[in-house]
Amino acid sequence: MEATLSCENLTHTVGCVGKARLGSVRGGCKKAAFGAYNVSWKARISVTRDLGVGSVSSRGVVGKVANGELRVRAASGNGVAPKEFDYDVVIIGAGVGGHGAALHAVEKGLKTAIIEGDVVGGTCVNRGCVPSKALLAVSGRMRELQDEHHLKALGIQVGAANYDRQSVADHANNLATKIRGNLTNSMKALGVDILTGFGSVAAPQIVKYGRIGFSDKTITARNIIIATGSVPFVPPGIEVDGKTVFTSDHALKLEWIPDWIAIVGSGYIGLEFSDVYTALGSEVTFVEALDGLMPGFDPEIGKLAQRILINPRKIDYHVGVLAKKITPAKDGKPVQIELVDPKTKETKDILEVDAALIATGRSPFTKGLGLEKINVITQRGFVPVDERMQVLDSEGKPVPHLYCIGDANGKMMLAHAASAQGISVIEQIAGRDNILNHNSVPAACFTHPEISMVGLTEPQARALGEKEGFKVSVAKTSFKANTKALAENEGDGLAKLIYRPDSGEILGVHILGLHAADLIHEASNAIAMGNTIKDIKFAVHAHPTLSEVLDELFKSAKLDEHHAAVETPNQVKSVAA
Amino acid sequence: MATSLHLSLAASAPASSLRSSSTFFGSSGVLARRSVLVGTSRRNVNLVVEAKIREIFMPALSSTMTEGKIVAWNKTEGEKLTKGESVVVVESDKADMDVETFYDGFLAKIVIGEGETAPVGAAIGLLAETEEEIAEAKSKGSEQKAPAAAKPSPVEEKVLHPPAPVATPPVAAVQVAPEPAAPEVYRSGRIVATPYAKKLAKQYNIDLATVAGSGPSGRIVAEDVEASAGKAPAPVAASVPSVAQPAAAAAPTPAAPVAPAAAPAPAPAGSVAFTSMQAGVARNMVDSMSVPVFRVGYTVTTDALDALYKKIKSKGVTMTALLAKACALALAKHPVVNACCKDGKSFIYNEDINIAVAVAMDGGLLTPVLKNADKVDIYSLSRSWKELVDKARAKQLSPAEYNSGTFVLSNLGMFGVDRFDAILPPGMGAIMAVGASVPTVVATGNGLFGAKNRMTVNVTADHRIIYGGDLAVFLQTFAAIIENPTELTM
Repeated sequence: MEATLSCENLTHTVGCVGKARLGSVRGGCKKAAFGAYNVSWKARISVTRDLGVGSVSSRGVVGKVANGELRVRAASGNGVAPKEFDYDVVIIGAGVGGHGAALHAVEKGLKTAIIEGDVVGGTCVNRGCVPSKALLAVSGRMRELQDEHHLKALGIQVGAANYDRQSVADHANNLATKIRGNLTNSMKALGVDILTGFGSVAAPQIVKYGRIGFSDKTITARNIIIATGSVPFVPPGIEVDGKTVFTSDHALKLEWIPDWIAIVGSGYIGLEFSDVYTALGSEVTFVEALDGLMPGFDPEIGKLAQRILINPRKIDYHVGVLAKKITPAKDGKPVQIELVDPKTKETKDILEVDAALIATGRSPFTKGLGLEKINVITQRGFVPVDERMQVLDSEGKPVPHLYCIGDANGKMMLAHAASAQGISVIEQIAGRDNILNHNSVPAACFTHPEISMVGLTEPQARALGEKEGFKVSVAKTSFKANTKALAENEGDGLAKLIYRPDSGEILGVHILGLHAADLIHEASNAIAMGNTIKDIKFAVHAHPTLSEVLDELFKSAKLDEHHAAVETPNQVKSVAA
Repeated sequence: MATSLHLSLAASAPASSLRSSSTFFGSSGVLARRSVLVGTSRRNVNLVVEAKIREIFMPALSSTMTEGKIVAWNKTEGEKLTKGESVVVVESDKADMDVETFYDGFLAKIVIGEGETAPVGAAIGLLAETEEEIAEAKSKGSEQKAPAAAKPSPVEEKVLHPPAPVATPPVAAVQVAPEPAAPEVYRSGRIVATPYAKKLAKQYNIDLATVAGSGPSGRIVAEDVEASAGKAPAPVAASVPSVAQPAAAAAPTPAAPVAPAAAPAPAPAGSVAFTSMQAGVARNMVDSMSVPVFRVGYTVTTDALDALYKKIKSKGVTMTALLAKACALALAKHPVVNACCKDGKSFIYNEDINIAVAVAMDGGLLTPVLKNADKVDIYSLSRSWKELVDKARAKQLSPAEYNSGTFVLSNLGMFGVDRFDAILPPGMGAIMAVGASVPTVVATGNGLFGAKNRMTVNVTADHRIIYGGDLAVFLQTFAAIIENPTELTM
């Protein structure tokens, strides 16, 4: 995510930063078009640019090289820059989405400010993906060291593995601090103005910011991007005390390891925490309101995940029940969780546990944004947007110059989706129409082993096929057949490809297995680039690597031109019947 | 995992012919009706009448597959199956496959346990149509078992033996758990048990209603279930055979730490359900049968020991401590007798010599452990023994104080028993049964008759790791120490 700025040749610096940061997203032609600006500045050649957004033209960019670090400071009022706007882009919220947008905006030569009321990095860096990865790194190693049978099979002998809770917690905290520093530095170095305070929309193209209740500073912006993110969602009836009943925000601090913890919600947040807690010695009880664990995953992957990640561990679960009331531990009494039937509201059970983690999803953090002033009504807190992330007013019409990205719009609540949306918005501001293909955005769950996915699940694909009249096929490969996986003695896992046998289009890929989160990008890039199986099956993979799981997966797909009959599980079933 | 597959039913074709079919996955998973009588089949003729019990066969997942390994049973015995549900996961050469059922019913019996292998077509489980037929299927299941060409599974063993009793025991339960939380054991209605405790209870086939919870607010934790199942060392204590002895007799020597009980109570009438401890003992006793044991006896002259005991008794030394010390010193010279075998494949040599001594309690039995008995001097050993006995009576022994034994000593000599035979508790290598020391007329070395105090000890050991020769030399050393006990006080 962070770019290290230490180029010796200033001429290339800005372009270089862009490449380091966004290399995979951008085509070479765009770079040539917009990188030229910096080159021309250095060469003192006046270049008139038209970015297609009006009169944004050559602004002064002051660069200096100090200690190998580049500072680009934006200065307004130079040349013919419009006086009426302080900034080309003002981003409210410096999470991963805002950061991604800011960096790309700078690369596009836009004068950019970012407003942060809390800490740079937002949820992902401070209370989400980043610290949780530190905990999961520990849990992965603990699992390995505790799996005597596995180690023995590899010929390794290890004494009893143990951990120090505080050091684990410190590791997570240090990682967050470091990434936060990297993010801040990368923006400062590029000349993004970081403004402190809570931002709100005062009027079209006007942003107010400052301390809550004292938003006394006003700036004007040609474009406003809302990127305020989300906070953990706590259903009504649940009393969070931050000690025995808490959300992921508290859990990541790892203040204690309860003997028995209930995790309310079995999505990827709950699943990752169950991985951490069971590795550190806790027993876990899942409470899931839907009828099955891991809703949202491809059902087959979910089933396998349950077999690998739930059943063998010290985990049990209650599905199809609502945690109606949760009372924190008090006066020697344990945490009480009242489970009710979602339909009849009848009390079904009462759990008594040491702690409860509320992982029921996240709700948008959009209160106080002042959207009502510009006739925008949020839906359950989410800011309505169109496919270009342009905010829609109460009549469903796009509000000019106002965008919303990331968790706040609820389209796809993932850090990298927010960042991709931000880049897409900046592309549009810079005059290039861009619509992000959300089907190409991968998602990952960092359990041991990992789960990753991109595109549609099998039921979604079949429903779409039904609707649009195309055939859907499924191919699968097992990690058991992969040399590298077997060398690691980690043969558990499955990769599943959902595709159109007529066109070879990849509809979805789901992986459960060793390093699945890293493996998914071959598939997600293929979808983003529009590559079909016909193309990708000829790509060469190094041997022996885990990536051969995908190689084999693509090769095992049976396209119509090669085979008249395509095997699908349904057909297998009918034959077996 | 690559493919999901339905178990199909061949209602009218013999299983053997089904296996020869070779469409997609060959004969796939096959549930054959018991009513199908195949003259040459391995099925028992008298099973024909049970039309509603179906076999679940090992499916052929590929044309080359000859045998399959059960990765996991997704259902447990007695669980309801709904058509289309995945019942079992079978591993083939390349992938795991879910095998689903085409029929509603109950998984009556698992014939081939997880991790085991069975040839294609062999019965791996039984499906009963109604709940009532489960028991029937189970009983028939054992007949199925033999020809199924698979090793007996631990699961199987479990099934053959009745599960823990469900009824609330009318007699007071002895708490095995260190915490005296007995009153909370039988809660009305709600049972609070941790996920792992529930898992273990299912695995060991234990009714959680019979388990005493020792966790916070009386919750049942994994250790409680293990104790109840006799898997943890705690109930190892309970498995020492002298549990059968009435604890009523008075203890004549200091070696008997049991408080003498009052006049015998009248025997209760009718069927009395086991307490959880008694259920643990029963299970442990049955489990002990899986270990090949043998016994070696030895008669030891105790005149010198008796003289020593008389001399140092006033310093608080007990006979139990002396015997434990003697065992420990002998074990130090024969470490294999201090070893145990847990997996059937390897020796586990114990670093410490910890002597567990069986102590009868009201309606049960405990085995406080004298740790490092070879190193601790006899006086300290006697002191710790007294402490342990006091704690045991107050039911305050911590797990480490009753489950860390490496060798068991069971002494019934104080009752005048001249010899007995101990059952080896699971997880131990050897147990010594000590009889009473009685004056005996013997031929002495110089050709004369003389009266000597002699006692018979009888060691039961796991022959997988401890052989006859090992026990013989161990007993020889033990006898030498008893007969010349100066070492004991050093």
